[in-house]
Formats: sequence, C-alpha cells, structure tokens
Amino acid sequence: MSRGAIELRDVNLTFGTGRNAVTALQNLSLSLRPGEFLSILGPSGCGKSSLISTIAGFQPPQAGELRVDGEPVRGPGSDRGVVFQQPALFPWKTVRENVEFGLKFRGVPKGERRQAVDDILHKVGLSEFARHYPGQLSGGMQQRVGLARVLVNRPRVMLMDEPFSALDAQTRLMMQELLLEVWAEYRMTVLFVTHDVDEAVYLGSRVAVLTRRPGRLKALFDVDLPRPRGVDVLVSPEFMKLKRNCLALVREETLGALGRDFKPVQAARVYREVFLAENADAAV
Amino acid sequence: MAIEAIKSLELSPRPPGRFGLAGPTLRRWAAAGLGMGIFLALWLVFALLKGNATLLPAPAEVVRGLVALGASGVLAADIFASLRRVFGGFFLAGLLAVPLGLGLAYFRRAGAVVLPVINLLRPIPPIAWIPLAILWFGLGEGSAFYITAVAAFFPIFLTTYDGGTQVDRQHIRAAASLGAGSGIILRSIYLPAAAPAVLTGLRIGLGQAWMAVVTAELIAAQSGLGFRIQLSRLNLETAEVIACMAVIGILGASMTGLLKLLEKRLLPWHHA
Repeated sequence: MSRGAIELRDVNLTFGTGRNAVTALQNLSLSLRPGEFLSILGPSGCGKSSLISTIAGFQPPQAGELRVDGEPVRGPGSDRGVVFQQPALFPWKTVRENVEFGLKFRGVPKGERRQAVDDILHKVGLSEFARHYPGQLSGGMQQRVGLARVLVNRPRVMLMDEPFSALDAQTRLMMQELLLEVWAEYRMTVLFVTHDVDEAVYLGSRVAVLTRRPGRLKALFDVDLPRPRGVDVLVSPEFMKLKRNCLALVREETLGALGRDFKPVQAARVYREVFLAENADAAV
Repeated sequence: MAIEAIKSLELSPRPPGRFGLAGPTLRRWAAAGLGMGIFLALWLVFALLKGNATLLPAPAEVVRGLVALGASGVLAADIFASLRRVFGGFFLAGLLAVPLGLGLAYFRRAGAVVLPVINLLRPIPPIAWIPLAILWFGLGEGSAFYITAVAAFFPIFLTTYDGGTQVDRQHIRAAASLGAGSGIILRSIYLPAAAPAVLTGLRIGLGQAWMAVVTAELIAAQSGLGFRIQLSRLNLETAEVIACMAVIGILGASMTGLLKLLEKRLLPWHHA
C-alpha cells in the first residue's frame, strides 16, 4: 500500500487580485514518494510556506493539480498534519488537551485516547508537563507539543514550515535528531520547509531548491548520506559537497532577487517587497 | 536517544497551574494600607484646616453619618435598590453585547453593516439618554435599567468584538488540519480564544454600570445610593453624601476585584 504520495502538477498560487496580486507559486510540479523526507530550500519569500498552505488545504491553488495518494486535496484534513513555525498551540488547553485535540474530535474512545497521548508525550519527553499550559513551556518544549499533536493522529503526510527556525542552535540540533528518530519509526511522508542549508541536507532524503518568487522548481537532488544520521554526518566530506552545491544554488537565487548591481537602497526595497509577499496572505 | 539529551538541557517541571502568588501578597497589602493611610490623613488635615463640617466633614463624621444611615435601615434599602439596577442593566447589556460582539466578529459582512451604527451611538453619554428613558419608561425602574444597560453595553460589545476579530488564524488552521470541522472550530477555538476579551469587557461594563446607576438615580429614581446622595445634599448633610460616595466606591471596587478573581479561576492559562 502506498501511503503519503504527493503529486503537484503545474500548480499556480496567487494571493490578492489586480495590482496587488502576488504570484507565490508558478507552474510548480513536484512528486513526493510515499514515506520520503523531502527538504524544500529557497530564498526568503520564494513561496515555501505557500507550498505548505496549499498541500495542507488552507489555500486552494488557482490552477494545476494537487493530489495526495491520488485523491485531489479539497481542504484541510488530519491525514496531512502541519507543524507551524510558531507552534500555534491552543493556549487555553493544557499540553495533554492540545495533543488530544485531533483524536477527541475524530471520536476515538477516551481510554484509547489517553494511552495514545501518554505514549506520544513520553516519546517527546513531556510526560511531566501534561498538565501544564503552553505558556509555561520553553520554545523547544512548545514545538515538541506541536509535533506530538500531529504525530498522535498518525498522519500520512507531515508538513513542516520552518519548525525549528525560532529555536536556539543547541535545541535545534536536538530537535532535528528527534525528528529523524520519529520519522524512522513512523515513516510518514515529510515535507520540510527551511531556509537553512545545513538543516535541509542533514534531514532530507532529497532536497528541492525553489527559485525566487514566483516559486518554481530550480533543482532537485538526492542526499546519499547513510542513515541513521548522527551529528558527525555534519562534518563529513559528502555533506560538505552537498552543502556547497545547495549554497551556490540558493545564493544565485538570492542575488537574483536583490538585482545585479546590488545597492543597499535597492536592497531595502526588495526586502520590503519580499516581506509584503511573505505576508500577503495574512493581509487578505 | 535525542529526547534524553533534550530533557537534560531543560529545567525540571514546576508544578502546573497557579504559582507565584503567595510571596508578594503581604507586601501588596502593606502598600495598599499605606496609600489608604496617606489619603485619610490628608483628608483629615484639610478637614481640620477648613473647620467646616458642611463644606468638608472629617472622616470620623462620615463614619458617624454612615452608621446613622445604616441604623435607620435606609442604607441597606438603597444599596439593595442600586445593586438591583446595576445587575439588571449589566445582565441585559451582557446578554445582548456578548453574542452580538462575537457574532459580528465571526460574520464580518454583518459586522460591516452594524458596526457603523454602533460607532455612531457609542459617543453619546448614558446621561443624554435620560430624557428619552423617562419618556419611554417613566420615573421608575425601567429608566434606571435602561440607563445602566446603555452604559454597560458599549464597553462589553466593543471589547468582545475586538477579541473576536483577533482570534489567531493559525489556531484555526491548526484545528482544521487536526480534523476539526467548522462547528468544533467555533466552539473549541473561537470561543475560548475570545473568552479573555469577553471577561475584560464584562469587567469594564460593570464599572460603567455603577457610574451610570448613580447618574440615573440622581434624576430618575426615588431610591438607591444616587437618590440618597441627592436627598442628603438638599438637607446639607454632607457627611451622609460622602458616606454614600464611599459605599459606592467600596462596592464598585469589590465587584471589579471579584470579577478579576473569577477571571483567574476561569482562565488559568491566561495568567500562567
């Protein structure tokens, strides 16, 4: 049984209308194999987050096909869990209630629910914090609740939108290891959006590099690093080679976005544009 | 396992729920007592300097006035009359303003129709409604309820509406991607997310209802603390006027304090 295959064909996604229209994704075609870990890498404002929004079902594309396991996406669903950049936990619910949310509203019986939540909280190391509120936890803990809240639903697909970018370097590294452990156990398809080249290469089985806005596929390559990957992978020559390759591609796109004869004033304007584009969907 | 390493980096858990309340309580009470003491001392000094109990009675005389009012039984009756009006108007206002505020925030298009009207009515002070209230409801309870309700309605509505519009879109998205339908999102995300704003609005509304009830009773009632102030004024019983003012102050402040406690109890996460 193939579970978690994602197929995008010529997907176009635009925010706003008329003069304010911003094209986030243009003719983007991409396939994810069931159970693969695909990192999406690209410059700021290239539409990485829009890609997540589309697959999650928050933003239907204007054109193109989008299928998960052959079924067209018609809106959000628990088969596609989303881990947000800001954990987006429900602050009025305890850690346990947050994690339980999906199960509860899909009619899983209480005893079963309790067991599932206990197991997952143990896995992310938060058993002692089940009765705490999110506001009482550190950023890393909050993001682990966000991860647990999705994992407990056993989704076919996990969409991760720069989930570790707000964490300090130390915690981020640990979270990456934890994620790889969890993925090795659950084997769901992971689409992991990041602007961090190290992170993309370290985690992914493949890395897709997007162009600057409007986002199209610039490059797609395999990461042939052995698994399980420990931190020593990060200093191996193979890793360095892949990293150099990625850096060059991303740099090319970023410089392209900044204009050929790069000037600070111009750069400020471009940054503003990029910022507006990134937040365009928030304004609508 | 990565998780063991992560846990070793983190602090051990503090007990869940409420914390950090016991320590500074004593100091807070002491500070409050100091403020009260200074206020009373200044009052006493000015009263002694003036030496005229009709212009400014000393605190002790106000207490005597309070005791006299209390002993004759009118104070209890007036407090009861005012409380009934405050709560009557407040509940009416809350019953209307909370659903309306949340509803208009949820259904933005309806909000665009109704909000301009509310923004036009809002700057009209409750006291300006008194002539109409007397024409419509007479010089009785009806008028007083109406005035307090008008006063409480706007802060409750506006704060609730604001809270409703500021529900985090990411929360709604997260819930949807966890499998929640629109009914569950309304009940489990939208309402709890707006709850702190609703309670804040109710607290402000209750304060406004207190302000308005005295105004209403000064003009359009035959009982209540406002009415008593008016009567004492005509009798030049300044000590009784101030006694009634003090009762209003104490009652109003206690109710606000009680609502704040209720907020902490109902929304422990908001204060965590």
